[in-house]
Amino acid sequence: MTDSLTFARQFITAIPHAQELGMVITELGDGRATIVMAYDPRLVGDPATGVLHGGAVSVLMDTASGAAVMCHPAAPMSTATLDLRIDYFRSATPGQTITARAECHHVTRSVAFVRVVATDDDEARPVAMGTGAFTLDRPRKAAPKGVV
Amino acid sequence: MSQPDILTERDQMLDWLVGAVPYIRFLGIRFDRMGDEITAHLPFQPMLIGNPAIPALHGGVTAAFLEVAAIIELSWSSLWEDLSAGRMAAGDLGPGHLPPLPKTIDFTVDYLRAGQPKDCYAKARVNRSGRRYASVHVEAWQDSRDKPFAMASVHFLMPGDEA
Repeated sequence: MTDSLTFARQFITAIPHAQELGMVITELGDGRATIVMAYDPRLVGDPATGVLHGGAVSVLMDTASGAAVMCHPAAPMSTATLDLRIDYFRSATPGQTITARAECHHVTRSVAFVRVVATDDDEARPVAMGTGAFTLDRPRKAAPKGVV
Repeated sequence: MSQPDILTERDQMLDWLVGAVPYIRFLGIRFDRMGDEITAHLPFQPMLIGNPAIPALHGGVTAAFLEVAAIIELSWSSLWEDLSAGRMAAGDLGPGHLPPLPKTIDFTVDYLRAGQPKDCYAKARVNRSGRRYASVHVEAWQDSRDKPFAMASVHFLMPGDEA
């Protein structure tokens, strides 16, 4: 594992809220990240059905998206969400683990563009999809004189 | 005599709506009512942090807080309209006996500045509430209402119109 990938993994595993939700990284590298979150009764949004709250799925998708940015070959020092749009296709099936797969499909000098898909056990029918723009803080290099 | 009863009923409906959702309890979100307006309040807890180096709130938590504020505003205001119009009787409602919550169709959030490790507030505005669809705008702030740190637009499918 390269130093930048180790740094990216540390950055993500140090997130207190991701720890609280028991998120686990299952794939990380080259601008792609997969993070899983087990079903948790504390995260239920509809007590009648036991379906997870959309907010909990959003948290997972945002975390996976940030992870995809952090493991991009540009080796960012940090990232933050600028905007995120999530389309909810269906309710996640109660009791099942949610998987978010994020891909950082383009980066500029200071922005990363990410797509993310959330699935439960039925991977052919996604639960939600998202598109986001993230800040990208590149490592500082000594700039040549006269260059701002 | 009727005015205090209406306010008590409004508080009770709000308590039932909010108390029924485990995820709202998990995040610790409360709602304060003033007349027919409600403000969502997310008290700070260390587990809400997303970036411990800054430190800043988790962007996903901010999104979830905005979504919760939007759903509760929409449910509470439509519940209230149904009661006022006589489409529903207060006696038929109770904890566990509430109309189903609206379902989120899509959610777009803009992050304007980092969420500080302190309490957050949010207020939602129902821009359009039809029989099938609703559109809600919601803003969250910390120190000053004039300086929101995040805002979102949310579309909902109203209960009773699921495909």
